[in-house]
Amino acid sequence: MSLLEIKNLKVSINNKKIIKGLDLLVNAGEVHAIMGPNGTGKSTLASVIAGRDVFIVTDGSIHYKDKDLLSMAVEDRSREGIFLGFQYPVEIPGVSMTNFMKTAVDEHRKYNHLPALTAVEFLRLMDEKKKMVEIQSNLTNRSVNEGFSGGEKKRNEIFQMSMLEPTLAILDETDSGLDIDALKIVANGVNKLRRADNAFIVITHYQRLLDYIIPDFVHVLFEGRIVKSGGKELAYELESKGYDWIKQELENQ
Amino acid sequence: MKAIAIVPEKEKIIRLFEENKAEICRNDSPYLTALRLEALQSFALAGYPTQELEEWRSTNLKDALAEEYNFYFTPFEDDVDVKEIFRCEIHNFETYLFSQLNGWYVYKQAPVTQLPNGVIVGSIAEVFRTHPELVLEHYGKYADVKNNGFIALNTMFAQDGIFIYVPDNIVVEKPIQIVNIVNISENIFLQPRNLIVLGKNAKLTLVHCDDSINHQKSFINSITEFFVDEGAEIDFYKLQNKDHLSNVITNTFFHQKENSKVNTNTLTFNGGLIRNETRVCLCGRGADAKVYGLYLMDKEQHIENQIYIDHIAEDTSSYELFKGIIDDNASAVFNGHIQVHRDAQKTVAFLTNKNILLTDSAHVSTKPFLEIYADDVKCSHGATVGQLDPEALFYLKSRGICERNAKMLLMYAFGAEVANKITIDVLRDRIDNMMVMRLKGELSICDQCVVHCKQEEKLVFDIDMSKL
Repeated sequence: MSLLEIKNLKVSINNKKIIKGLDLLVNAGEVHAIMGPNGTGKSTLASVIAGRDVFIVTDGSIHYKDKDLLSMAVEDRSREGIFLGFQYPVEIPGVSMTNFMKTAVDEHRKYNHLPALTAVEFLRLMDEKKKMVEIQSNLTNRSVNEGFSGGEKKRNEIFQMSMLEPTLAILDETDSGLDIDALKIVANGVNKLRRADNAFIVITHYQRLLDYIIPDFVHVLFEGRIVKSGGKELAYELESKGYDWIKQELENQ
Repeated sequence: MKAIAIVPEKEKIIRLFEENKAEICRNDSPYLTALRLEALQSFALAGYPTQELEEWRSTNLKDALAEEYNFYFTPFEDDVDVKEIFRCEIHNFETYLFSQLNGWYVYKQAPVTQLPNGVIVGSIAEVFRTHPELVLEHYGKYADVKNNGFIALNTMFAQDGIFIYVPDNIVVEKPIQIVNIVNISENIFLQPRNLIVLGKNAKLTLVHCDDSINHQKSFINSITEFFVDEGAEIDFYKLQNKDHLSNVITNTFFHQKENSKVNTNTLTFNGGLIRNETRVCLCGRGADAKVYGLYLMDKEQHIENQIYIDHIAEDTSSYELFKGIIDDNASAVFNGHIQVHRDAQKTVAFLTNKNILLTDSAHVSTKPFLEIYADDVKCSHGATVGQLDPEALFYLKSRGICERNAKMLLMYAFGAEVANKITIDVLRDRIDNMMVMRLKGELSICDQCVVHCKQEEKLVFDIDMSKL
């Protein structure tokens, strides 16, 4: 079954065209990597899927589980199983991680007609997931991302992902700024969540992450379009050759 | 019990005083009568403060002062059982509870209570008779009648209020709670007058709740004077949850001696027109004041906090933090004025005011102000006015949290910085809950602040704000 189907997507911000006719098909059980030079629309694509309203979709469609994703509210996309791991997670002083996650988990469960977790069950779940991403600190007393180091912020994204168990997770440069140990922790978090009924879109600049999260497909996004797709070997090719040969190929066409 | 109804215009209210002077002054000591007459002179000269005065620029009292109100010069005959009217909603909140009903001290067992440790709490009118030496030393010494017309007016008319005296070296373990209730089926003009005296190294926590249960127009013009002697410490919490027909002018004075500490927190959840003026005088070396406030206003409500801190002595410190969320057509004014006098070297003073406007028609005016005449000081001030952070809102919503709860979490977080300064756990938890209810628009005037009329209904929270 196709989980996500993007057809001829065109997106603008402030009348500037960012995505210029993009097609992508993601099936359950797959991991897709999206690579490409800076400023070609990778983060825009992630934001549009998550529902950020500063971007205007001028054409095309996105279907998720056969539903029209673009007409869904941001929070409903999340409750339906979409998760965006932010490239730059925002700091929210005064909102404790516990309150934040409890509210999010409660709303997910309510949406899915599941009974709310008791405080004890919830804390047990938090503890279990914290261990998985090797967060040692007591999140109860910490505000969302406030004072977190770069690595902690990224691990916190993976922690939230594992709390919400999404069907489609998009990780927007979750690996950038991470040292090799943190990178392994993040990759390990993803791998533990991989199942036959969910899928991942991993946006990255580096083939390194793909050594730990093995993708089924690698796509190259260039000037608002997917210009090349292949298997994981494409990532190695990009790593050794850079993006110039792709530009060259395009020019030759 | 005789009520006189007038529109409190300047000339009329002066005549009201003249005509009822015998009644008003009937229990006065010569000092008090002299003070009233001095106040009368001041008021006759200055009248009500007008918007032409910088400090009153944003306070439009025209409508409030054009109403007719009842004035009472003798106490209500029936001593009521306060428990019949309200009960405290903070469970496990052990306090010494005293109350004022329609401006008069509620006697309960006695007009003046003396606790075993020597602490005296009672009706100020009574204490004038029983312990004149304790009152006369401080009454009217800090609230200068020349300061503004309302102080003069209160000083002219004041007949009752709460008096508290904590002797030297006495630590009052249990907080004292004063509940000031207005419950009368007519328009009323009240002028309560409170005096709190802390001896050397004394310690007191005082919770003052202002509530109204009636749905009539009221005008409250109150004065509270605090004398905080050497090494003494006071925690003072003021909760204002008034209906939209209330006009409230409060003037609060803290006179601080050497190494004394004042920690005050004014929490305003509802009200018609509220203007709180607080004046802190750091007169003794090493004195420290922490002045906090939170206001959550909506509809047509108006709140003003005017804070004046005078650093008179060396080595004094003050820390001021006021935060507000303003919704609908509500308006808020903050004016924080810190004056560091010439001899107040090594002063440390910080002043911050932060506001969130939720609508285009909500209004805030903020003016942090430093006036420094000493050269060895550490001072800073700042103010912000903004909206909820759209990036943070998106982040919360992207985790499945609905818009309403996402806003709630952010507003709650904003207010919690002030609420977290409350040192009494049960009170802080209750204020937390009130804040959540208020932000969700569920704190009606019937869910009295810490008191509660008897029509109780179960409140259900979407968000579990307990600290888990």
